[in-house]
Amino acid sequence: MLARRAALSLLAALPWSLGPARAEGATKPPLVFTGIPDQDESRLVERFGKVATYLEAKLGVPVRYIPVKNYPAAVTAFTNGQVQLAWFGGFTGVQARKAVPGARAIAQGAEDAAFKTYLIANARTGLGSSKEFPKEAAGKTFTFGARASTSGRLMPEHFIRQAFPGKAPEQVFSRVGFSGDHSRTIQLVQSGAFEVGAVDYTVWDLDSKAGKVEPSAVKVIWESPPYPDYQWTVRGEVEATYGAGFTERLRQALTGIDDPAILEPFGRTRFIPVDDAAYAPLVEVGRSTGLLD
Amino acid sequence: MSTVLAHKPLGYRAASAGFALAAFAALALADLHVASLDPWADLRRLLAGLMRPDFASVLPLSIAYTIAFAVLGVGLGAGAGFLLAIPFARSRAVRLFCASLRAVHELFWALLLMQIFGLSATTGLLAIALPYAGICAKVFSEIIEEADLAALRVLPPGTGAVSAFLYARLPDVAANLRHYTLYRFECGLRSTLVLGFIGLPTMGFHLESAFRQGRYGEAAALLAVFYGLIGTRRLWVRPATLPFLAVASLLVLPATVGTTDIGAGLARFLTHSIVPAPLREGALADPATWTGLWAWFAPILTGQIVPGALQTLVLAQIALVVTALGALVLFPLTARRFTGPLGRPLGRILLVVVRSTPEYMLAYLLLQLLGPSMLPTILALAIHNAGIVGYLMGRHADGLAYRLDAPKGLNLYAYETLPRLYGQFLAYLLYRWELILREGAILGLLGVATLGFYVDAAISELRIDVAVVLIAATVILTLAVEALSRRLRARLRIATLPTRLSRPLTDAGEPA
Repeated sequence: MLARRAALSLLAALPWSLGPARAEGATKPPLVFTGIPDQDESRLVERFGKVATYLEAKLGVPVRYIPVKNYPAAVTAFTNGQVQLAWFGGFTGVQARKAVPGARAIAQGAEDAAFKTYLIANARTGLGSSKEFPKEAAGKTFTFGARASTSGRLMPEHFIRQAFPGKAPEQVFSRVGFSGDHSRTIQLVQSGAFEVGAVDYTVWDLDSKAGKVEPSAVKVIWESPPYPDYQWTVRGEVEATYGAGFTERLRQALTGIDDPAILEPFGRTRFIPVDDAAYAPLVEVGRSTGLLD
Repeated sequence: MSTVLAHKPLGYRAASAGFALAAFAALALADLHVASLDPWADLRRLLAGLMRPDFASVLPLSIAYTIAFAVLGVGLGAGAGFLLAIPFARSRAVRLFCASLRAVHELFWALLLMQIFGLSATTGLLAIALPYAGICAKVFSEIIEEADLAALRVLPPGTGAVSAFLYARLPDVAANLRHYTLYRFECGLRSTLVLGFIGLPTMGFHLESAFRQGRYGEAAALLAVFYGLIGTRRLWVRPATLPFLAVASLLVLPATVGTTDIGAGLARFLTHSIVPAPLREGALADPATWTGLWAWFAPILTGQIVPGALQTLVLAQIALVVTALGALVLFPLTARRFTGPLGRPLGRILLVVVRSTPEYMLAYLLLQLLGPSMLPTILALAIHNAGIVGYLMGRHADGLAYRLDAPKGLNLYAYETLPRLYGQFLAYLLYRWELILREGAILGLLGVATLGFYVDAAISELRIDVAVVLIAATVILTLAVEALSRRLRARLRIATLPTRLSRPLTDAGEPA
């Protein structure tokens, strides 16, 4: 009895949950996009909800945002075609374009051409701010952000390896963790769970403005040299789905955003056109740190 | 080998001492550093949030999704498990297949399935159904094997195998199968929380966000609702309500946003993603391909599998012994003789709370308190499992028949209840050992370098081939511990004691 019921639900569940995959064709399928979850989710929903409404009006096709919980989930959703457009970090963008032939970077934030990482430290470490990489942080506990984060992992790891030639971060610090996102890196360094951390400077600024940072407990001790970061990346087949020239229309729609209400949650002043070549330095760094084949 | 071992019984004392010693040895290898922290600001907010749960922020739809994934996932798993249970005892291949299914944690299944099915209900359902099919096949097969054969013997000669099964065996075991499946449903509810961590909109999705972002009022409300679901499970998950639950669950499942080409995804997954990188381009006849494969595998083995497996074993060993101590303290709280009519309901609520709080949440909270080391993970595993073992032991304690002049309080506990239940206690712990190991492996996602830590890294680097090798290593480790646990149970002569709730226990001991 039970088994039969279970078997029935087996029969019923699978076609149903695969159903939406087939029921397309008549009308244009929605353009689905996602973004890497680099900070507080409420802010992400606010940010991407506004973008969806804007793009829908501008492009005349239905646009849906799908929230994901972690960086590899965002890249996977892009590589298996569930989303056609994504707001990636520098490194996740490189990963995604490598896995999807025909995908290209189309726009970045004005701030992303020269992005920065802040190293932050708990006040009790006594570390002061410096112009040079703070080598006295060696031996402390250290947290990156997400493993595939550009500003929270890839670039800080690159700068650490530069400052301590021949050493991996695990050999430089007494303990190395991965907080998962930038807001949490700030929290963990603030509470003292980790002594030093690497964060995206825009998230630091946003969280400081939001009053989530206790200045007496945690402060910035180093500002990294600039590197390219976040960008919008789109899959090649949107040209076939929504008509030739769609990629260009999408780029213009994104770079045409001037509503501060949309830009502010991104911590960007505007979006500017960009191409894959701008991210070549990240490919190099990815290979040299062993994160990319 | 096993027959030799079975002839040489092992004392409870020796076994307990052995485990405690192993845990002490493991302590030497474990990183238990407590960081000097200032968590009080966050803790104050946590307590304030727990005092004032924000029920308005709980999305009713997320509760519906949680139930739907649990009902359909466990239903599919139990159905497939039932089919697999029939050849289970006879076929070694089926046994190995089922063992591999259940040795992979739901979270790992979800991460792999997402490569093919995207972020969809299918991913969520299969992530629960696959491991549950493996578990159910094993348990159902045991239940069928244990069944009374009397009815089978009186069947006329020439009765077909299917008829014999349906008419002579099934009626005898149906109640146990049903009871076990309903119990698995409670575990299924817990598993759906994990699906939230990858992005499916169950309560776990919101719980993780709320904890991560310090919205403790919302977290407290979500947890309270979740405890309510688990605590009242017997009231609303019954044979009579199942058809309704199944249909409603099908209707409520979240629609997939966007589409994925499943055929192409499956093909890419099988022929590219999981194929070790050196084999993708190299010719199979070329010896250079195979040296390349070894060059690829050797650092994974020495740098990830060996240290990861060691850390996983160390974590599981310590957590197991702490679980044992915790269960010994907790179980009297739910036993009638020790708590009286007033205390016992409170004890039960405490144990529901303790065993339903997901380890991941506990570990995350403890991480804030104690800093990053193995300690938060050990405590999280121990608290959760002590809740489960304590609950089961409490039920056994209520089932014991005592003399009229039995002592009371500590004397009763130390000189009668515990000695009588100790074999049962060890049986549960040895069984939990493998489960603790499986959970401990995935808690590596929080930063302790167990196997899950390396799986997380491989998935972040989109090296699915590496992730699959690491998951396979986890499977082998789990199977080895399971085999060891079975041997120990045989040597302790407790192999026949129950390690699961496949038959009603309490009701025997409940006052009429």
